[in-house]
Parts: sequence; C-alpha cells; structure tokens
Amino acid sequence: MKIEYYIVLSLALFCIGIAGVLTRRNAIVIFMCIELMLNAVNLLLVAFSKMHHLAGAAANPMAGIDGQLFVFFIMVVAAAEVSVGLAIIVMMYRNVHSVDVNFLNRLKH
Amino acid sequence: MSVTVFLFYFLSVLALGSAIMVVISRNPVYSVLWLISTFFAISGHYILMNAQFIGIVNLIVYAGAIMVLFLFVIMLMNLNAESEPKKNKWLKLAGVVSGGCLLLVMVAALKSAEVKGELVQVKEGEIGLIENLGKALFTDFVVPFEISSILFLSAMVGAVVIGKKGD
Repeated sequence: MKIEYYIVLSLALFCIGIAGVLTRRNAIVIFMCIELMLNAVNLLLVAFSKMHHLAGAAANPMAGIDGQLFVFFIMVVAAAEVSVGLAIIVMMYRNVHSVDVNFLNRLKH
Repeated sequence: MSVTVFLFYFLSVLALGSAIMVVISRNPVYSVLWLISTFFAISGHYILMNAQFIGIVNLIVYAGAIMVLFLFVIMLMNLNAESEPKKNKWLKLAGVVSGGCLLLVMVAALKSAEVKGELVQVKEGEIGLIENLGKALFTDFVVPFEISSILFLSAMVGAVVIGKKGD
C-alpha cells in the first residue's frame, strides 16, 4: 500500500474536522471535530511508522517504533484534554444555559 | 483486487462517510454515534497495518471511554436537534470552502513530496505488537511515561476544580 493513500485519507479527515470546527456552533460538536483531527494525525503517524519500518528494518529491527509510541502519548494527552474540556463546557452550560459558542463573546464588551 | 486493498478502501470510505456525518448531523447524539463509527474504522486501519496495540487502545480509550463521556455530557444537558444553534448559511459555506481549500493545497503539495511512492507495510511487521512497544516504553520512553502520570493527576484535579459548584 502506498503512503500517498494514507496521507490523502488523513488529510481528508483533518479537513473535515476543520470544516466542522468552522461551520458548527455547538461547543460539544466543535470539541468532537477536534478529536477527529487528532485521530487523523494519529493515523498518519502510524502509517509513517510502518513506512519507516519497511525501509529500515534490515539495519534496525525496531525502526519506526517511535511513531507508535508518539501515538500512545497523543492518546494520553487527548484523554486528559477531554476531561478538562468537558468540565469547562459543563461549567459554561451551567452559567449561560447554552452550549452555543456565540454566547461566549463577553470579551468583546 | 486483493483483500487488503479492498479492506483499505472499505475502511477509508467508512471513515470519511462517518466523519462527514459527524459534521452534518443536526442532533449531537447522532454526531457522537457517527464519531464512534469513525473511530472503529480508524482502528480497523491500525489493525490492517498490524499495529495491534494502538488499534485496541484506540477502541478502548477513544470509542470506549472518551465517547461515553461525551454521550454522558450531551444527555446530561438534554441537547437535541431543536436546541441546536443555527448558523448563517453563508458562514457555513465559507467554512466548508476554507476546509476544502486547505485540503486542495495539501494534496497539491503532496505532488512533490519526498516520500512519494514509498510503501507502507501492511498485515505484517513486529513493531506494533505489545511486547515490542512495552519494551520501548519502559526503557527509552520511561521519563515521558512517568511525566504523563503527573499530567493525568493534574487533569483529574483540574476537572474536579472546574466542575465543582463553587461560590
């Protein structure tokens, strides 16, 4: 399988996430689109890790393992991020009784 | 068309279709369910590349824990299609066009990329197995591993402090 297919797939997922962040106003859906973008990057990292493994396996049998460990750490950070982010959204809902991000414009006034 | 190629295209179409449905669903509950379907497709890609550990962790952590947390918060707030905020049609179009432009630029940049034509190893390779990943994690990457435990502790404290009903 060629690497271009994986790159194009990840790019498409990432751009769908960006379009979602730009088009939606519900804070939770925006947050989910950010998760989608994180996952697109994870997929690309794993694909590159397997690409480097194929190229360098003769010299080093563990070539490319760093990419998969990076994915592991991204998942760790994403789990921490989700717990804090959802707490912030719940807090926002409690204060303004809505999850519409357009209500969060108090810094303008 | 071999089985691997067929599976690649099937999982890609599933991932992209579900991702589009996440964005265009009116009801946030449906968005979460489509996102779970996207994560299953991405896990299928990991298993196709024989990254078994990452595939299973993706299922357990993302599709299991994180998405249940999202679903729980949405149901707690009683969100549905009626309470969904509406956005100007032109702003939506502008968002889609900017996302599409980014995709266009990135795909065009791929044309002269250095890695073009390199192959990805599918179905075989030992680096995705939990034995090798665990060895690397507890030898070369042990410091970031321990630091991530502090990150989790601070995230827990932060979530409790922010979510607390105070003053």
